[in-house]
Amino acid sequence: MGGNGTGQSILVEGLEKRFGDVHALRGIDFAVPRGSVLGLLGPNGAGKTTAVRILTTLLTPDGGRAVVEGFDVVRDAAAVRRLLGLAGQSAAIQEELTGRENLEIIGRLYHLGRAEAGRRADELLERFDLAPAAHRPAKTYSGGMQRRLDLAASLVAHPAVLFLDEPTTGLDPRGRSGMWEVIRELVAQGTTLLLTTQYLEEADELADQIVVIDQGAVIAAGTSEQLKSKVGGDVVEFTVPDASRLGDAVAAVAGLTDGDPFTDQETGKVSVSIGDRGSEALIEVVRRLDAAAVEIAGLSLRRPSLDDVFLALTGHAAEESAATPGPPRRRGRRARQEAGA
Amino acid sequence: MTTVAAPITVAPTAPPIIRQAGWAVTDSLVMAKRNLLVWSRVPAYIVFTIVQPVMFVLMFRYVFGGAIHVPVKGGYVSYLMPGIIGQTGAFASMGTAISLAQEVQKGAIDRFRSMPIARSAVLAGRLIADVVRMLITIVIVVGIGYAVGFRFQNGVGGAVCMVLLATGFGLAVCCISAFTGLAIRDEESAQAFGLIWLFPLTFVSSAFVPIQTMPSWLQVFARNQPITLIINAMRSFALGGPVAHALWTSLASIAGVLIFFLPLAVRAYRRTS
Repeated sequence: MGGNGTGQSILVEGLEKRFGDVHALRGIDFAVPRGSVLGLLGPNGAGKTTAVRILTTLLTPDGGRAVVEGFDVVRDAAAVRRLLGLAGQSAAIQEELTGRENLEIIGRLYHLGRAEAGRRADELLERFDLAPAAHRPAKTYSGGMQRRLDLAASLVAHPAVLFLDEPTTGLDPRGRSGMWEVIRELVAQGTTLLLTTQYLEEADELADQIVVIDQGAVIAAGTSEQLKSKVGGDVVEFTVPDASRLGDAVAAVAGLTDGDPFTDQETGKVSVSIGDRGSEALIEVVRRLDAAAVEIAGLSLRRPSLDDVFLALTGHAAEESAATPGPPRRRGRRARQEAGA
Repeated sequence: MTTVAAPITVAPTAPPIIRQAGWAVTDSLVMAKRNLLVWSRVPAYIVFTIVQPVMFVLMFRYVFGGAIHVPVKGGYVSYLMPGIIGQTGAFASMGTAISLAQEVQKGAIDRFRSMPIARSAVLAGRLIADVVRMLITIVIVVGIGYAVGFRFQNGVGGAVCMVLLATGFGLAVCCISAFTGLAIRDEESAQAFGLIWLFPLTFVSSAFVPIQTMPSWLQVFARNQPITLIINAMRSFALGGPVAHALWTSLASIAGVLIFFLPLAVRAYRRTS
């Protein structure tokens, strides 16, 4: 080991990266204790993949440092490469080759002998429920099977640290839950895992610690519970069908709690954090909207989700921003201004 | 079922330099094997590398051949075959550009770079596989040539030298294509770009017709461009005749291309991140 006595498997300090005018990482810090799972959460373009590419020696940072199992990713890149596994969106899979051939070739590239590479391939195919499809070309696999094969490929050399870059993006719900199951099993065996995702639910399911990044900076870090508590308890949510009355609705409920209500102009949805005041606050919301003569639809009281955390932290929703980076953020700010007015 | 209780089985310390050099060779061979395996599984690739050159032989031999008169013993088919084989070498390089562009696009090259494999293995494995592929095509084309009346007239040595020269030439063109594929990073564009420079260069040469039949302004270019030099040398190896001048100039142009484009390809590969 590289003389890392702190128990941190991954250490990132003040990491910066620029691509021309784009400041992709603006000095991020985080640490991943050995054997734990860190979820790096953020919308598209937040800088997650850039961080993973630096940690896996594919990019050189412009500032700060990153250390994997005690090895600096720039100075000791070769040592880091011998310790890491990287998987994500099936990039390692050659579709014309069978599942077994794919894994065998990876094994040979890790300098396992011919027999050992074959044995390891069979073992991994068995473990990821791919044995029946072992001799079929990977292009006949379902999306979920391809991701599992990709994950298997990253495990051929027993990596100490595993990086999964958006492992379930684009999978259907069944494929996604299958992936989660496999990842959970892996984590139970003590592999250190860094996982990037734009799905809040995924980070909630799999990660011990969550680091939320947005526009190249860490905007929050903690356990799922800690992040949820930042939202300030339960959320009342309702929809205003008449867009012209949205401003009135927000004004009516604005003074209810410390936090500003969040408005989505497109769907007319308004969410208000109400702390631990429960149904009492719910009644108060109805009363105020009634007094302001605003018609509403779909009123509900619910537990906060990580979506609410993201909303509270950034003023815009994670998934929404993923589809159209930029405008939703402005929309969020405008909603706040309207609410304050 | 397995456990990952002892996660580190790959030694984190750097292995000795001799070991590393040995791995660079085996890594390249594993990559080459992978590329050839993929090639053998895709019918379109096989059509492109085998059926197309065979069609060229048959078309030029039987369709255009009657109209083209050459002062060569054995007639047009003897003149044609070294040209077709040279063209085969050049066109084989299109696969190099396309495959590398594909692998950059889908992130496979990134994945290999995150693994502890020799930095040279991806590029070397690609070039080795493409040279092997090219040799297979050349053997098939020579076979077809024999079926339609072509004969080597300068002994086995001459035949081997001709094939070696064609292979060296093909490798040089593959280096150019490796660079363009890695720089362009888009499958279709890489293919289109390959056609744009390879087609005129191979046809405006001595590959298919005697240069004297071209307009004089074109002759100046056709006579002095590297593909003509190389095909003339191959023709002399296959049919006999003075070889020295054409050989040295073609070896010089192959060396020049390698010296210029191999570093460019390596640099483009490093920049794929």
